[in-house]
Amino acid sequence: MDNSVSSQDSLVSVRNLSFSRGNQKIFDNISLDFQRGKITAIMGPSGTGKTTLLKLIGGQLFPDKGTITVDGQNVHNLRRTELYNLRKRLGMLFQSGALLTDMNVFDNVAFPLREHTHLPESMIRTLVLMKLQAVGLRGARKLMPNELSGGMSRRVALARAIALDPMMILYDEPFTGQDPISMGVLVHLIKSLNSTLGLTSIIVSHDVHDTSAIADYIYVLSGGKIVGEGTPKEIQESDSEWVQQFMTGAADGPVHFHYPAKDYVDDLMSSGKRY
Amino acid sequence: MIQFIQNLGRNTCISFNKLGRSTYFLLQTMSGMFSVLGRPRLLLNQMYSVGVLSFLIITISGLFVGMVLGLQGFYTLSDFGAEETLGVMVAASLVRELGPVVSALLFAGRAGSALTAEIGLMKATEQLSGMEMMAVDPIKRIITPRFLAGLISMPILAALFSAVGIIGGQMIGCGLLGVDEGAYWSQMQANIDFQDDIINGVIKSIVFGFVTSWIALFEGYDAIPTSEGVSRATTRTVVNSAFSILGLDFILTALMFGDN
Amino acid sequence: MQHTSTQDTLVGLFVASGIVGLFFLAMQVSNLTSFVDEDSYTVTARFDNSGGLKIKSPVSAAGVKVGKVSSIYLDPKTYQSVVQLSINSKFNTLPDDTTASIFTAGLLGEQYVNLEPGGSDVYLQKNGKIEITQSAIILEKVIGQFLFKSAEEKK
Ligand SMILES: Nc1ncnc2c1ncn2[C@@H]1O[C@H](COP(=O)(O)OP(=O)(O)O)[C@@H](O)[C@H]1O
Ligand SMILES: [Mg+2]
Repeated sequence: MDNSVSSQDSLVSVRNLSFSRGNQKIFDNISLDFQRGKITAIMGPSGTGKTTLLKLIGGQLFPDKGTITVDGQNVHNLRRTELYNLRKRLGMLFQSGALLTDMNVFDNVAFPLREHTHLPESMIRTLVLMKLQAVGLRGARKLMPNELSGGMSRRVALARAIALDPMMILYDEPFTGQDPISMGVLVHLIKSLNSTLGLTSIIVSHDVHDTSAIADYIYVLSGGKIVGEGTPKEIQESDSEWVQQFMTGAADGPVHFHYPAKDYVDDLMSSGKRY
Repeated sequence: MIQFIQNLGRNTCISFNKLGRSTYFLLQTMSGMFSVLGRPRLLLNQMYSVGVLSFLIITISGLFVGMVLGLQGFYTLSDFGAEETLGVMVAASLVRELGPVVSALLFAGRAGSALTAEIGLMKATEQLSGMEMMAVDPIKRIITPRFLAGLISMPILAALFSAVGIIGGQMIGCGLLGVDEGAYWSQMQANIDFQDDIINGVIKSIVFGFVTSWIALFEGYDAIPTSEGVSRATTRTVVNSAFSILGLDFILTALMFGDN
Repeated sequence: MQHTSTQDTLVGLFVASGIVGLFFLAMQVSNLTSFVDEDSYTVTARFDNSGGLKIKSPVSAAGVKVGKVSSIYLDPKTYQSVVQLSINSKFNTLPDDTTASIFTAGLLGEQYVNLEPGGSDVYLQKNGKIEITQSAIILEKVIGQFLFKSAEEKK
């Protein structure tokens, strides 16, 4: 692996990670580094295990082999309270937003503050309004999650993720299913949060264009392996077939369009079977 | 044949696995008790959705069951010229059996299924996972208050069911069919024992509340996080609760009322 | 989280109604009010046969409930049934020549102890004895005697 970027500078480092679900090998001995204060992107076709990687980093899943260190602590050796203390310093933005559906926007953003601090309600109000202002939804504080559009939900979730002023935010496919405008808003938000709050960000995405625009470093995952890594520029110029297929969106290449199956003609001719 | 034995073996393994997981879940839930008592607001909100919202269905059903008991009991007892014991019959049936059992069955249908669906959907929409990532234990924050609310609400609901039913029986028996009101109450008081009948009935309802809440919350927490998975979990809650309530009722009755 | 005070009020009413319900069951439906042990005194009666009498069977005088059976055991010497009656202290003027009989309420009903006060001026005391007793009527015995008699008459 390319460790020349000096790993003491990395906030998260993944070493020789292997993970499988049942018989399905999702990661096969991979190592990655996420630099402090930088935006690092993990890209790859859907189903490669990008979400799984974030859950491993957050300590929700356990690796079969290998270690994950976050800020010098081995995530999977921590005791429960230590893990929870670590998580308080991580913000995670779920693919769906994962807002609590029985609370309005204000209470959702206030949730981590109320759970983890003993601040007076007036202070909580100020903090929540500041966070909502940062994502442009101060006016939407009374809405319930089912009254929000997809883009708004993610922005509320983002406001909630930064409520405790974390050192790092993990974004799970923040751009998927967004219209160009809310996509632009999110890209801008992520970038400005990163620079103004001095955050470290990990973005999981398969959106080539927008991710390249904000990421400092990109890993391309496929089939449980890292098939390419580098700055957006290096990735774009990479001569790896895998990377090229992914970046240009070619239907067939090293990553097959078809799910593994027997020969097409044979399959059609073998009548009499139900499936 | 081999297939059958294999299936049997696999299903046994799955059942034991589920039993183990649900026991672990229960222990985790109970370990959160103290932190919930420190946050009465959480409990209060759940008392509303678990208890208050079941109030109407329980009291109305209790009234009707009591009225039917009054009617049926009167016709049976009047054949033996023993109408005065109508109060005893109505009260004993309600306090010992129907109060705890029927209100627990209604509770499983009304509150239990709602709990399973709620928790299952929270799981499906990653709310539980999200909470974990915010360093909030979803069992302590979400499950334990609901469990406690079920545990407290069930005896209240069962007592209301019995009380309203006894009044319903009196309305029909004394108001409509002419049983002497004094006899209705005094025979009842002479024959219903506080320790043996009332307290045992309350114990039953606490056991049923415990089991129903446990099943409902575990099925939700353990549901496959899809809409189909949640709907199946909801069905399982109602079916498994009903079986457990009736089975436990038999065991408890044998233990409590067996020796006299 | 809805912090509505209506909800809190409803929860309060719900719990209160539950307590009222339980109180109703305890006081109006069950015998909790009837007799508390300190307010009663025990007297003993010996029967040749106490039949289907049970602990907690009612004790009444002239049809009014005055107490309950607190224990029943067999005297190992006389082979009599010793029945202890717990009588409410309100009824402390029972004469010492009171008769205790075991009756059946209705044809198939529950058995109870009936007290028939005599004419003595001396009242029964705590741990006193009722000397005059009449055993339970055992239906099978009565029927048996009746059949036996009618068979003899026919001869
Ligand atoms: N709870 C689960 N149980 C079993 N398999 C799962 C589960 N979650 C995800 N997977 C499998 O793991 C693989 C990776 O999933 P995921 O990390 O969600 O992919 P991505 O986020 O890259 O689209 C997928 O093939 C998926 O089928
Ligand atoms: Mg994913």
